[in-house]
Amino acid sequence: MPTSLVETNSLLAVDVGASATRAVLFDVVEGRYRFIAVGQAPSTAEAPFKDIGLGVRAAIEHLQTVTGRSFLGAERNLIMPTQADGNGVDMFAATLSAGPTLKTAVAGLLSDVSVQSARRLAETTYARVVETFGLHDHRKPEEQIDSLLRVRPDLVILTGGTDGGASRAVQKVIEAVGLACYLLPSDKRPAVLFAGNQNMTDEVQNLVGKLTPALHFSPNVRPSLETEDLDPAMRELAQVFAVIRKRQVKGVDELETWSGGHVLPTAYGLGRMIRFLERTGSSGGVLGVDLGASAVTVAAAVNGRFRLGVYPQFGQGEHLGNLLQLTELDDILEWLSLDIHQNLVRDYLYQKALYPAVLPATREDQAIAQAVARRSLYLAMRTARREFPPQARAVRADLMPPFGLILAGGGPLGDAPTPGQSLLLLLDAVQPVGITHVMLDRNSLLPLLGVAAEKNNLLPVHVLESGALQNLGTVVSAVSGAGYGTPIVRARIQYADGNEARAEVKLGGLEILPLGLGQSAKLFLQPLHRTDVGNGPGRAWNGVVNGGALGVVIDARGRPLTLTADPVRRRELMKKWQWTLGG
Amino acid sequence: MLAPVLHILPLATIVRERLLPVPGDVKARLNARVTATDIVAEANWAREHVLLDVARTLGISNAAADRLLRIKVGDQLTENTLIATGSGLIPRQVRTPREGRVAAVGGGQVLLEVGEGTLQLRAGISGTVIQIVPNRGVVIQTAGALVQGLWGNGRTEMGIMENLMEKPDSVIETGQLDVSQRGSVILAGHCRDAEVLRAAAELNLRGLILSSMHPSLIPQAMQARYPIVALDGIGSQPMNSAAFRLLSTNAKRETAVNAEVFDRYGGARPEVIIPLPVASDPPPARDVETFAPGQQVRLRAAPHAGEIATLVQIQPGLTTLPSGLRAPAALVRTEGGEQTFVPLVNLEVVG
Repeated sequence: MPTSLVETNSLLAVDVGASATRAVLFDVVEGRYRFIAVGQAPSTAEAPFKDIGLGVRAAIEHLQTVTGRSFLGAERNLIMPTQADGNGVDMFAATLSAGPTLKTAVAGLLSDVSVQSARRLAETTYARVVETFGLHDHRKPEEQIDSLLRVRPDLVILTGGTDGGASRAVQKVIEAVGLACYLLPSDKRPAVLFAGNQNMTDEVQNLVGKLTPALHFSPNVRPSLETEDLDPAMRELAQVFAVIRKRQVKGVDELETWSGGHVLPTAYGLGRMIRFLERTGSSGGVLGVDLGASAVTVAAAVNGRFRLGVYPQFGQGEHLGNLLQLTELDDILEWLSLDIHQNLVRDYLYQKALYPAVLPATREDQAIAQAVARRSLYLAMRTARREFPPQARAVRADLMPPFGLILAGGGPLGDAPTPGQSLLLLLDAVQPVGITHVMLDRNSLLPLLGVAAEKNNLLPVHVLESGALQNLGTVVSAVSGAGYGTPIVRARIQYADGNEARAEVKLGGLEILPLGLGQSAKLFLQPLHRTDVGNGPGRAWNGVVNGGALGVVIDARGRPLTLTADPVRRRELMKKWQWTLGG
Repeated sequence: MLAPVLHILPLATIVRERLLPVPGDVKARLNARVTATDIVAEANWAREHVLLDVARTLGISNAAADRLLRIKVGDQLTENTLIATGSGLIPRQVRTPREGRVAAVGGGQVLLEVGEGTLQLRAGISGTVIQIVPNRGVVIQTAGALVQGLWGNGRTEMGIMENLMEKPDSVIETGQLDVSQRGSVILAGHCRDAEVLRAAAELNLRGLILSSMHPSLIPQAMQARYPIVALDGIGSQPMNSAAFRLLSTNAKRETAVNAEVFDRYGGARPEVIIPLPVASDPPPARDVETFAPGQQVRLRAAPHAGEIATLVQIQPGLTTLPSGLRAPAALVRTEGGEQTFVPLVNLEVVG
């Protein structure tokens, strides 16, 4: 229910990540909500602390230091609502990604229908599918039970059967899950989410209701064979995530008390905001990217359709030790901007997996961290692209679909020392095409705004309008079949004062046309040699673009971006690109 | 700011909880002395299950099948035991295909546990049982030297420690291993050769304490039947000087190598414990400290990754690092005398 500005004012929102915990204050300034400040502390979900409350309080205390206001009272409890002396807050909300990846078993009927939907659903949170059941599975029921006992899932997602459709086969799977739960010690039993044939809810309740610590129901993810509807189940899964985390990690229950039950997965919060931004008029689709320690999250919204993908295997924390099972070391090394021995890069991956919170303190470690981030994000985008809404059509199968707006944050993206480093990392990894406006979420506000919207739907609107995100500028990414060094785009920018700037960009080049923050200008693009700048091969593009920290960036380095095999030349080029973007 | 602690202690009271993952029988008694390899608790668990669909086999309803069954949960059945007979001229029978225990009965079905295995929980450290956790395990206390590591292969053993390291960055070679070390725990350096792990197995070593290990050796190390601990992680790191000094000066002592698999959330870590005689209990090891000047710290990342240093001063606010990042940081002095700024999150207190 919408909340009036008059009724409540300040909101303290906390995001508990795998490596860092952030406490963010939003408050009303001159009648509109504003992002006021952020406090940060290392997260404390892991041993020896094993209590996220320690990190949360440390982050809030940092926020107190920054703002000069008190939010924690006697015994370090949250002061709520705001007191007459100005201390305390009116609302509290929290997002969470810290904690072990959820081991998840998915079950359905047809492998390319309900099982696939269950798998997609699992991919919308911090989960790893460790077991799959379906009609394609020819194991005996007892073999399925033994498998569940071996993998000990934290969560079982049951789907299958259209509403009013098949029930016998679904029932057999439910029986196997029920028996496995029965055989597991009570403290090891998985939570169960049923998102299948809605006529079977009573049966599911009878078969597993007493055998699981948390049985949740959501509308069918496959109400008919042709229709997939993940949204209601995603919402329920977000709740299940919080329930499981409460059992796994100390301190989550306290956050839930403070927030009145509004603890949601960070990825879910980001997804909500991306969908919201697309609905509220951002043309050309919106892409959200969070390069976190626990996972890479990719949220894509196009023409009212939405897809959320959470990929723990590409996270920049504890999973880095397994990254070399998913990619070759050479594919990381090719993104190094400095000459660093491969053994150091390999050691970095394993050490960072042991200590996800460590920061790159040296230039060499920073170069390695950014190379690893590029490869991880590239792999995550390639995985996510397969599941993008069908409305997100790419001009070629090996390219990204165009997005009008990209919002990015997390880890090496948000922490990069300069906006140019953030943008270049993003362009190298995501490789957008066409005309894209890029914004950087340095303080990881988007997920918090997503969860805050449940309490106050005006707040995210006001905060985003206030410029809380860093506007990097507009990027023109050209797709061309011309040879290296061939001019492929002539660009002319006409400023509000009538002045103009021009550039002729060759394939392989990266150029900037200055356009400051808050400024708009008319951009005229004349592609050459059937180059596509977002309007089709060889077709000109004229329009108004917005500026930012880096102005208008014309990326003519090619799509897909292929780096030269000569390492010396490659490093020179990287330095040149970085220098072009301001270092 | 709260600081995690890496235990490298010459003498401390060490308390460890050792629990079965499933309920079982606790074998150890309160106040009993145990050695690291003693079995303190045991649990029986079924390797697999057999589901007998009685109703379907006999072609009757679930309720009717349940009425026919003359068995109950917990019954131990031999192979070919008759558990239900149908009706008719030539009644069909349902018999147990294997020996097993009845795990569940109902819904016209019987679930049997078959191929029972035993899970044995070892003490992991030598000491005194100070608490029994009913059906799950024990809490053991000892006094001695303690060195925590970062990687372990899940095995536990104890033996006399032989030192093959000359300096913290020593690399263990196959030629250094010989029959005189049979049955001992070896303090080795970095290991990059699979032959070393093979030779160690042939010598029935009771443990291998490494500074670090090449990542390609992980699968083989996981298969090893003796404990392997990498104190400074996977890669090519030398042994941190504090651990090297402590362990190398305790050679020839009985040493327990508890190579637990690192569990970042549960808190389990591989560790080396050298029990020492004490007149009175030394102070217990603390898991969390607050950063303060004068502390001995270990650097978790570059510069000087893995080195031991002294915390000189905590910087106010944020410090700009050579990488360009800004973070809460401290000035530390390495053992080589170099002073450098390090983010606080890259430090752990040694103690």
